[in-house]
Amino acid sequence: MEIKVLGPGCPNCHKMEELTTKAVKELGIDAKVDKITDIKEIMKYTMSTPALVINGKLKHSGKPLPSLEKVKELIQQEKT
Amino acid sequence: MLQKFAEHLTYTILTLEHGSRLADVIEFFIYDTIKIFLLLTIIIFAVSIIRSYFPPEKTKRILSHKKEFIGNILAALLGIVTPFCSCSAVPLFIGFMEAGVPLGVTFSFLISSPMVNEVAVVLLFGLFGWKVTAIYIGAGLFVAIFGGFIIGKLKLEKWVEEYVYKIHSEHSYEIIKQTFKERLQYAKDNTIDILKRVWLFIIIAIGIGGFIHGYVPEDFLSYYAGKGNPLAVPVAVAIGVPLYANAAGVIPIVYALMEKGMSMGTVLAFMMAVTALSLPEMIILRKVLKVPLLGVFVGIMTVTIIAVGYLFNAIL
Repeated sequence: MEIKVLGPGCPNCHKMEELTTKAVKELGIDAKVDKITDIKEIMKYTMSTPALVINGKLKHSGKPLPSLEKVKELIQQEKT
Repeated sequence: MLQKFAEHLTYTILTLEHGSRLADVIEFFIYDTIKIFLLLTIIIFAVSIIRSYFPPEKTKRILSHKKEFIGNILAALLGIVTPFCSCSAVPLFIGFMEAGVPLGVTFSFLISSPMVNEVAVVLLFGLFGWKVTAIYIGAGLFVAIFGGFIIGKLKLEKWVEEYVYKIHSEHSYEIIKQTFKERLQYAKDNTIDILKRVWLFIIIAIGIGGFIHGYVPEDFLSYYAGKGNPLAVPVAVAIGVPLYANAAGVIPIVYALMEKGMSMGTVLAFMMAVTALSLPEMIILRKVLKVPLLGVFVGIMTVTIIAVGYLFNAIL
């Protein structure tokens, strides 16, 4: 599974990254969490950061951040 | 009822003497703190639900290829309801430009968004009453519409960083669908998020406000910051521009200063300068705007805000 956290590097984006890493760990799945800070790359998916992209699909964008539970749910939706 | 509760707490439970300065300060503090937090919770929750219907992607679509002026008005209004994290100002700006939103219209959006925000509106409403709140919102919209319109007329597109025009994502972004239950959850999360961020500022600011209210003599500021001093407005704006406090921390203090003789127009100009122009925002915008455009932006905003200050000093 390929997970991307999108954000130019604000406090909210760091929180989003931590949240995602934690969710992946707690779910015990094999996934790589990539942090995307390049604006051109971000613009491929959304214009509201922080955002979460799983397997190339936009799952969350903008504020406020989702809860840990919600992130887990979003990851599991794409797990199959 | 709240007033009664604050009185009860001050005089019966803390057994402070009636009419003493300390009691006055404490009562002011308790009453305002409870009132403001109640209002903040209710209004942020309501605003968040409305906001969940206006994601930036939708706003972009509405504003795309709009004529100037009408576009500026719409952009200023949408700036109030569209949620965005200040960190996404850059992708948002690029997204707007790419979708054919005129530069001036984009600016109207970027100006009104931080200036007319729910925390500022709640604090104004709670402390100053609905009339001042309405004047602030009206003046804020005016500054956003007018400022954006002028920037549009000056044709400054050449001062936007070139790479902005080179990004073509070629597709419209997906808007994640939400059920009403998810919107409620979003509103709840957002309310908690904002309260967590501002509560300490508000309590400290109300504390300072309470202190000024109780201990600083009446009319203390009339001479320096009253209507009679023509320099008061520009000086207030000059202090407000580099000052990057969130509205939460500034308004309770400004409220207390107004009680001591600072005039309304000066108060409004100061608050606008604090909320609309901030250094962190400039640093973020520098990534997409060249220095001259940034300078023009700050210049136009400063002049317009000062004009609004004089106007309200003259008519109120």
